Amino acid sequence: MTSDPSAAWPARLHVVTGKGGTGKTSVAAALALGLAAGGKRTLLVEVEGRQGIAELFETEPLPYEERRIASADGGGEVRALAVDAELALLEYLDLFYKLGAAGRALRKVGAIDFATTIAPGMRDVLLTGKVKEATTRTAEGRRVYHAVVLDAPPTGRIGRFLNVTAETARLAKMGPIKTQSEGVAALLRSPITAVHVVTLLEEMPVQETVDAINELTALGIPIGKLIVNATRPPLLADARVTQAELRRGLAAVGLPTERGVVAGLHAEAKAHQTRRAMEESLRLELAELGRPMVELPLLPEGVDRASLGKLTAALLTPR
Amino acid sequence: MSGPARSGYARPVPSLDVDRILADPSVRIVVCCGSGGVGKTTTAAALALRAAEHHGRRTVVLTIDPARRLAQSLGLTELDNTPRQVKEIDAGETGGELHAMMLDMKRTFDEVVLTHTDPDRAAEIFANPFYQAMSSTFSGTQEYMAMEKLGQLHARGEWDLIVVDTPPSRSALDFLDAPARLARFLDGRMLRLLLAPARAGGRSMFTLVTASFNVFTKVVQKIIGAQLLTDLSGFVAALDSMFGGFRQRAEQTYRILQAGETAFVLVAAPEPDAVREAAFFARRLSEERMPLAGLVLNRVHHTAVELSAERSLAAAAELDELGGHEATAEALRVHAALAQQTAREQSVAAVFTEAFPGVPTVEVTAQPADIHDVDGLRTVGDALSRR
Repeated sequence: MTSDPSAAWPARLHVVTGKGGTGKTSVAAALALGLAAGGKRTLLVEVEGRQGIAELFETEPLPYEERRIASADGGGEVRALAVDAELALLEYLDLFYKLGAAGRALRKVGAIDFATTIAPGMRDVLLTGKVKEATTRTAEGRRVYHAVVLDAPPTGRIGRFLNVTAETARLAKMGPIKTQSEGVAALLRSPITAVHVVTLLEEMPVQETVDAINELTALGIPIGKLIVNATRPPLLADARVTQAELRRGLAAVGLPTERGVVAGLHAEAKAHQTRRAMEESLRLELAELGRPMVELPLLPEGVDRASLGKLTAALLTPR
Repeated sequence: MSGPARSGYARPVPSLDVDRILADPSVRIVVCCGSGGVGKTTTAAALALRAAEHHGRRTVVLTIDPARRLAQSLGLTELDNTPRQVKEIDAGETGGELHAMMLDMKRTFDEVVLTHTDPDRAAEIFANPFYQAMSSTFSGTQEYMAMEKLGQLHARGEWDLIVVDTPPSRSALDFLDAPARLARFLDGRMLRLLLAPARAGGRSMFTLVTASFNVFTKVVQKIIGAQLLTDLSGFVAALDSMFGGFRQRAEQTYRILQAGETAFVLVAAPEPDAVREAAFFARRLSEERMPLAGLVLNRVHHTAVELSAERSLAAAAELDELGGHEATAEALRVHAALAQQTAREQSVAAVFTEAFPGVPTVEVTAQPADIHDVDGLRTVGDALSRR
């Protein structure tokens, strides 16, 4: 592990997006672990009610409450939070209007559900507002979180999700929602924030990555790294494999050399090379975006709490 | 999920006979659902193509958010919200037809408004900023409009078979829940409370809930501002005549989904998230008594070489030491990775098959490249029907 991950990951709010199925939750978790290394504290946040963090860490579903979920190398800790729009609204109202029991009564009659439903974008303002609050929170003159990592909505929705002002400005011309959304918008457009896009070396995720980067760039939201997940080791890079050669090799170590095995291995090697060629061209397409790229290895055993450390190590290793 | 997840298939899983469903004239609707990124749209398009080419059915596929190149290959170059015939298919012998369309959420919403109200009222609604925001961004609008479009296509009676791709929602369940949520919202007590002051002469509901409502309006005004409240009241008043219609249509479509003419096809990839979503959805379908035809497990890897990953890796290491066998060593490592992936996928898939042993399943082998033409869809169709 490198000495100071903050040099490679300078932002304080790391927004992790990516097409569905690219592994953005595990990447976000690995990053939160990495940034907590060396005695720091980070917060890992999810906003879509999927309970993906709880699933990954094999814990009970997360409440709307910051909880320690893992310890990091060198005494650091990761806390996790599942933001719920309704509860965020109640908390917000409480803060500004001291609603107390009245707030709970409102919830009972369905008013809170109503309020978070009527204004499109309002949910997003509440969700991002809570993320902003955690990112900027201080206690005794010190930041509570060294970094906040947000497991954000997928690439298809990320622009709208982060572009909070535009959505609410259409409806709320004044009032606290407008003020709130402007504060969030300012934070999201400052160097404090970096949006990292997770992709696989597959056509559609790469296409969506390109689209998302263009969209975020147009919105003036700072883009961090491209994280290429589940990459395979560069096997058989430029070797020509023949069946005769395979047969000799298999014989040399006493493995079966019958036709089925030789032809099967040969076909698998060929398919691997075909896919590699396609992956190479996608990698070039990503490189053309001109963003720093980080590659994470495919974990053959699957991603779970135990294997997450490998992703963390790969995230923090400078290329 | 209970039970050992790593035991692989404990018992034979019944296999999903896609051709039987597509050929069955009493099946009029196929709904493809599952979480994002599992190949739902491709599966829907491949099933529709197969129904047209092999089974001679006049088929329409309703896609929600197709990948650009797949859309182009189906002739969906513009979003015009009406089915267009796909000419490049090969249904000479069976006489089937394939039509395709891409859902335009806003336009569908506009059409709903137009059918339920007079042109003046409609113009008023269209001009309302609240309607504009809601018709394009409301979470749930897309699901509602997909249902609405399905209802429209079904009502026209022009098709032997309608294949529906579902929206790329946060959760696969949204497709079932969002329309009811939207209808409940439009029809809701809160909206009626808000509307009360705007209704001249109507019996005010204030008397019933004065206390909570006063707090409520105050809060709403504080949060969203008085202007929005006025816009909202106007919107609600304009929509008032349509409330019944909205709910009725949502309920109608829901009933069609419960009928025997519908077949739900779950789509998943052998990844934990996707399989978990599929399990949630299967449970939900059975609760709602909606007909689940089976599971399509996409992007599955296989190996025909009977050589374990461990043995392959050990042999590769041995070859490294011997020297001169680099290609074989690497080929063995490639095989080991594939064998590991295959084993992992099987154990992930077992989570579903153990929970729903009776649900017929078909595995579709991972394609070397993405599908973006009719030929590719045909290949997927063959794989789906194990031909």
